Amino acid sequence: MAEIQVATPTTRSVPRQGGRWINTIPIALSLLVIGVVVAFAVLGELIAPRNPNQQNLFIGAVAPNDEFLLGTDQIGRDILSRIIAGARTALVGPMLVAVGGMTIGTMLGMLGGYIGGRLDALIMRWVDLMYSLPALLIAIVVIGVIGGGYVMAVLVLIILFSPADTRIVRAEALRQRPLPYIEAALTLGVPTWRIMFVHVFPNVLPVVVSYVFLDFAFGLVSLSGLSFLGLGVPPGTPDWGRMLFENRTVLFVNPLAAIAPGLMIVAAAASMNILGDWLYERFASSGAGR
Amino acid sequence: MTGGWLARFLLGRLLVLVPLLLLISLGVFSLLQLAPSTPERVLLGGRPATPEVLDAIRERYHLDDPFLIQYGRWLLGVIQLDFGTSIRAAEPVLPMIIRRLDITLFLGAFGFLIALVVGLLMGIVAALRRGTVLDRLLVAVSVMGVSAPAFASGILLLYLFGVVLDFFPVFGAGRGFVDRLWHLTLPAIALALSAMALIVKVTRAALIEELDRDYVAFARARGLSFRRVLFGYALRNALVSVVTASGLVLIYMLTGAVLVEVTFSLPGVGSLLVDAVQGLDIPLVQGLVIVLAVFIVVVHLVIDILYRLIDPRIRFGGAHG
Repeated sequence: MAEIQVATPTTRSVPRQGGRWINTIPIALSLLVIGVVVAFAVLGELIAPRNPNQQNLFIGAVAPNDEFLLGTDQIGRDILSRIIAGARTALVGPMLVAVGGMTIGTMLGMLGGYIGGRLDALIMRWVDLMYSLPALLIAIVVIGVIGGGYVMAVLVLIILFSPADTRIVRAEALRQRPLPYIEAALTLGVPTWRIMFVHVFPNVLPVVVSYVFLDFAFGLVSLSGLSFLGLGVPPGTPDWGRMLFENRTVLFVNPLAAIAPGLMIVAAAASMNILGDWLYERFASSGAGR
Repeated sequence: MTGGWLARFLLGRLLVLVPLLLLISLGVFSLLQLAPSTPERVLLGGRPATPEVLDAIRERYHLDDPFLIQYGRWLLGVIQLDFGTSIRAAEPVLPMIIRRLDITLFLGAFGFLIALVVGLLMGIVAALRRGTVLDRLLVAVSVMGVSAPAFASGILLLYLFGVVLDFFPVFGAGRGFVDRLWHLTLPAIALALSAMALIVKVTRAALIEELDRDYVAFARARGLSFRRVLFGYALRNALVSVVTASGLVLIYMLTGAVLVEVTFSLPGVGSLLVDAVQGLDIPLVQGLVIVLAVFIVVVHLVIDILYRLIDPRIRFGGAHG
């Protein structure tokens, strides 16, 4: 398919102006947001004001009040408690997608970039093919038809995310290939696998780590998108994407029921994006990875 | 060297694209086999299954034939634009899709236009003011955009401009051009927001790179106005990356359109796909995926041609520069 040559921002040429605070405040905020989400996921029932699945059909959807800080949904479930409980699917799934996709991507990318040749051509053919297709759309069709819910959604996304990761790791491995330390290792007779994992991999690692963060953000957006369409978690599970879909209908009575989980998705994803970009820039300016 | 390259190029591409479409069609056809129950039960839909009915279905859809023969028969139909019959609606698939197409195309074109115009402007401004607070702010806005799934920003827009301010309608797709523009403004913005970030990022990066080149300094030294250098040279060169990225944006927008149509309850192709998938209406899903695949292939083809038109170096296969 089309040869895609998207230029990535070269941070080196950008003069750092605008003061230090403007750089550190978003980082601090992002860490705070991720900290809160992790606390929600770990503590869960301990800090939730009530049972997230407790229905109350008599009151139905109510606006925020003293008893329900963020109000309730159509069947009287507490929104705040559901948001706290929803942090688990919002954290675990995207993490598995990011780490899983990057593991496959690292293996294929290192093989293609370092060994090269026909193997590389084959890997890149696959990557270019997958890159030209809309990942989430494939996920919608495959998960919708085959079923399998959340686990299947995570597995499908791992496979669909790996081509982009392969491309990035391969580019990094290619950059390392002509460097003197490789030549030195080759001269000393170090076996190929050892050069790849002991010498090349640590140099590729910074980029791998920052892209795991970026993948997490996109994984969260994708997984909650699938849940929004009813293709991720089973009905009734507290999940931010699912809540958005279910509570669209109470927008006039309790708008926060739909908006609050939406904001949680955006805040968590944006934080991960900011942290990933920041790590990437840091590694870039310290010389590693670029 | 005028028209020849195009014909040669198109021929070369077709040699890749036709096998690709065949591969996708094979995957799409296998969906029937991959579904959780047996094909005849899927084709039956929710209706009660007696052995006689199941036999009739097996015979009608030739399910006893070998897989490849079934596939060949289906593919022959697809080539003749016969996509089969929807299980739930009991009518031919293709007219169902075509009927829904205009809303999705309108939404897509509208959203793409917003993403392209606003994204280019933001990218250019960020590149020209790079390193400043304004640059950081524009980059931050685009990070928020990429982090906001179309359904989340859609709900927020719906609430702010539809419910609180009451500027825009919250339901329906509108009749006639102006009314439709009116109804689809919020959905189009939601669609554009998620895709705009890529255009901002690419425009900014490409333009910064171009502005650092020697030819820009040289042109300025010769006394050409900055405006002339920017629009005549630097931006034109930067556009190569933007055109490539806009292809990705269009394809990314397909997914966005699905989410936006469900969020705003618009009867387009995207919501049809979700309905079809949820109702396990396999013939309809197959038809939709084929239509989408053809669309994607055409987008890639157009992008490939476009950037050969913009950058003659790619056209003539030269590796200089």
